[in-house]
Amino acid sequence: MTYSPHTDADRVAMLEAIGVDSVDDLFADIPESVRATRFDIPSPLTEQEVRAELSRLAGRNRIPEVSFLGAGAYRRLIPAVVDEVVGRAEFATAYTPYQPEVSQGTLQATYEFQSLVCQLTGMEVANSGMYDGATALAEAALMSARITGRQRVVVLEGVSSAYREVLATYASGPDLVIDPIAPGSLPLDEGAACLVVQQPNFFGYLEDLRRCAEAAHAVGALLVVSADPISLGLLRPPGHYGADIVVGEGQALGNAISFGGPYVGLFACRQEHLRQMPGRIAGRTLDAEGNPGFVLTLQTREQHIRRERATSNICTSEQLVGLACTIYLAALGRTGLRQVAELCYQKAHYAAARIAALPGWRLPMEGIFFQEFVAVGPRPPAEVNAALLRQGIIGGLDIDGRIPNGMLLCFSELHSRHDIDRLVAALDSVGGE
Amino acid sequence: MARNALPPVRRGLPALLMDRSVPGRHASTLPVCDVPLSPLPPADLLRDDLPLPEVSEGELVRYFLHLSQLNYAVDTTFYPLGSCTMKYNPKWHDEVAGWPGFAQVHPLQPEATVQGTLRLLYQLQQFLSALTGLPAASLAPLAGAHGELAGMLIIKAYQRAHGQDQRDTILVPDTAHGTNPASAAMAGFKVVTVPSDAQGNVDLSALKDAMNERVAGLMLTLPNTLGLFEPNVLEVSRIIHEGGALFYGDGANFNALLGQVHVADLGVDVLHLNLHKTFSTPHGGGGPGAGPVLVREPIARHLPAPIVQVAEDGTFHLVTPESSIGRIGGFAGNFGVLLRAYCYIRSLGAAGLREVSEQAVLSANYLRVLLKDVLALPYERTCMHEAVFSAALLKAHDVRAHDIAKRLIDYGFHPPITYFPLIVPEALMIEPTETESKETLDAFTAALSSIVREAREQPEWLRSAPHGAPVARLDEARAARQPDLRWRPAAP
Repeated sequence: MTYSPHTDADRVAMLEAIGVDSVDDLFADIPESVRATRFDIPSPLTEQEVRAELSRLAGRNRIPEVSFLGAGAYRRLIPAVVDEVVGRAEFATAYTPYQPEVSQGTLQATYEFQSLVCQLTGMEVANSGMYDGATALAEAALMSARITGRQRVVVLEGVSSAYREVLATYASGPDLVIDPIAPGSLPLDEGAACLVVQQPNFFGYLEDLRRCAEAAHAVGALLVVSADPISLGLLRPPGHYGADIVVGEGQALGNAISFGGPYVGLFACRQEHLRQMPGRIAGRTLDAEGNPGFVLTLQTREQHIRRERATSNICTSEQLVGLACTIYLAALGRTGLRQVAELCYQKAHYAAARIAALPGWRLPMEGIFFQEFVAVGPRPPAEVNAALLRQGIIGGLDIDGRIPNGMLLCFSELHSRHDIDRLVAALDSVGGE
Repeated sequence: MARNALPPVRRGLPALLMDRSVPGRHASTLPVCDVPLSPLPPADLLRDDLPLPEVSEGELVRYFLHLSQLNYAVDTTFYPLGSCTMKYNPKWHDEVAGWPGFAQVHPLQPEATVQGTLRLLYQLQQFLSALTGLPAASLAPLAGAHGELAGMLIIKAYQRAHGQDQRDTILVPDTAHGTNPASAAMAGFKVVTVPSDAQGNVDLSALKDAMNERVAGLMLTLPNTLGLFEPNVLEVSRIIHEGGALFYGDGANFNALLGQVHVADLGVDVLHLNLHKTFSTPHGGGGPGAGPVLVREPIARHLPAPIVQVAEDGTFHLVTPESSIGRIGGFAGNFGVLLRAYCYIRSLGAAGLREVSEQAVLSANYLRVLLKDVLALPYERTCMHEAVFSAALLKAHDVRAHDIAKRLIDYGFHPPITYFPLIVPEALMIEPTETESKETLDAFTAALSSIVREAREQPEWLRSAPHGAPVARLDEARAARQPDLRWRPAAP
């Protein structure tokens, strides 16, 4: 099943028009000595057979009734309208809007996305999205280095280790120096291109953004904030603290966790840095008859125009995932997103109070947390999680390597009080085993 | 000419979400809070405004469906963007990607609980290796250009591991996609452009001249963006390998080579594939894609993390290669795209995949022959998956490639890529793919013939096209000069 409509008669007619005897003749430029006929791929299956095979594979994944795993990928309630609209073939099977007159749907939706990202983050301009939150953060660091002409990227230790690893990979290109610091070691030294902060941090707690902004700006460095977009339903946005670049993982805005992708990176900055921003940007303009319309704009920043002098190599990114974010934010709206954020906060605080009261359990960190926090139990998290799994619960992320016996637990609007009580009871019994 | 008499159809664009927002409306229902309330953080940490739209669910659906109808898409029209491989995307793949058994799997779950997903990814690595002859793969890169960046960092790591730190240059042919030089630069390399010869191949003497002890690698798109396969590819490979450089293959156009050749046998050391193109996943209006990178064995230890390995007990694990360039994305790749590619390979098999390239190349050559007398064909030879034409002759009528593209819209076709590759003046780059029928190709040819006739007889009609799109030709210069990139409240 190749999905090709060519019949034998079509092929004969087309070959005749071309003036060759066989399709093989069309491949004559490939040296005969390397033409291959054997490829070690299993025999084809019908759609039904592949479905059956995939059904067996999916069956080997454990999808728990309830999960308390977050750490950068979040299960949430997703209104059905999100998938309905994202599944529209007019959006899903179009491509980059190089021809704006027949891509106004994609372009206007992108303009909406940029607008909502700005409104959520409190920033002035945003692009159409990056690959994911981690690469958005890495690109923000590269952008800071270009703007300041400095080579040193200072990263608070509260930034996710996965994000820091991606940053290190990207930084190895222009040979930037990555300098991890504890919040206590502010202020910064001269020579920093930027201070990178995650809000809330990897452990779920709020960083002092006002102090971070002062420390960065005092030495002429930019403040880069990687913000959880759901938390921005409740918290004062980074733009109000003077952040220069705000990035984030957009997955939680209406997208399935899907084993880590496809996700979308949110990317917003201040107007003055617009021309150093990576990625595609939609803009509103006028058509030849004076009516408004949308185009891709400021393309002289991009690889297809500027080649090796582009702000980034990014080309295809995550347009459709960004569309899901746009629909999600519109579906929840002004009151809905606030409600979701408050639900996350309340569930997490209820759980924290109950877990902290369990014998053998404690919360080692102080401060204000949003939807995640670290709990330290009497036994290694791997053992705790195995016991939870036997009860149909996926526990928190095992962070024993950073905090002995620590696990990072995440709560959301999906968890009922009953779910949390089940977790607490299970943790209690694990502790006592 | 009756078509020309049609009055312009301008439906106009719907008002933006924020402009249709009415306080009190909403399109979602959330659970009530069933736990005792804790005090919120201090007020100075909370936002006092949340400027998001307030609309009802019905309005929301109608708005976005209206937007969707302003697009051309593969499912609604022929969409022959060159080098983009806009083929039909099987619907059942989308459905499978939404199964809870895949879509609800968290990337940080214990490995013992995600063996189905890991096994699928492992098999996909094996399939891609089998199709390319390159034994090691990482599925982590999230798009084609992301795979290029990974590949460039791999080459940098490999050269440094061999004490070749001075190799700071990447050679890139002048036909290359813009991502190639941009990716090399992002990895910290200098870029030197290698010219093409009169046949559209890499100029071998220029390549020899460019080779020196500073060159770390050559990036070559196979087939190149002219739609041509480099007949001297083995000689190219010999020249760069003898010079101590690595051969990077850009697999953006792999649709032409499926089941025809193991690119490893061409001398390719590092390759990325655009799964969303060749392996048929919806392009999403500009992503998501997936750009796995494949390498020869001695280079495998530099692959980006993670890769999937199988242990002796048959269990699957995510591992970091010993001298990995590191993690390149937050998790383990764009699983939803990788899954669709798996479905495609599994349901086509080796023979089906070979048939894909045969039909795609047949279609492109059919168009090449039909159109070579309509537009000029700068390289008169057999093409692979796409054909590049020039509209330079129409400049005499003050008609540009751009104008032809816009007029195609009125005939119901999405325009091809224009003004690329850069070495062809007034280029129109057309990739029909294997999933378009002969009737569609014939109709497209008829439309272009008619447009070329119009160019001679009433060129102003082309210069003002499109006439039947939701908007007239858009002022891109104005957009760049006066950036309007987000909604703002109307002045009171």
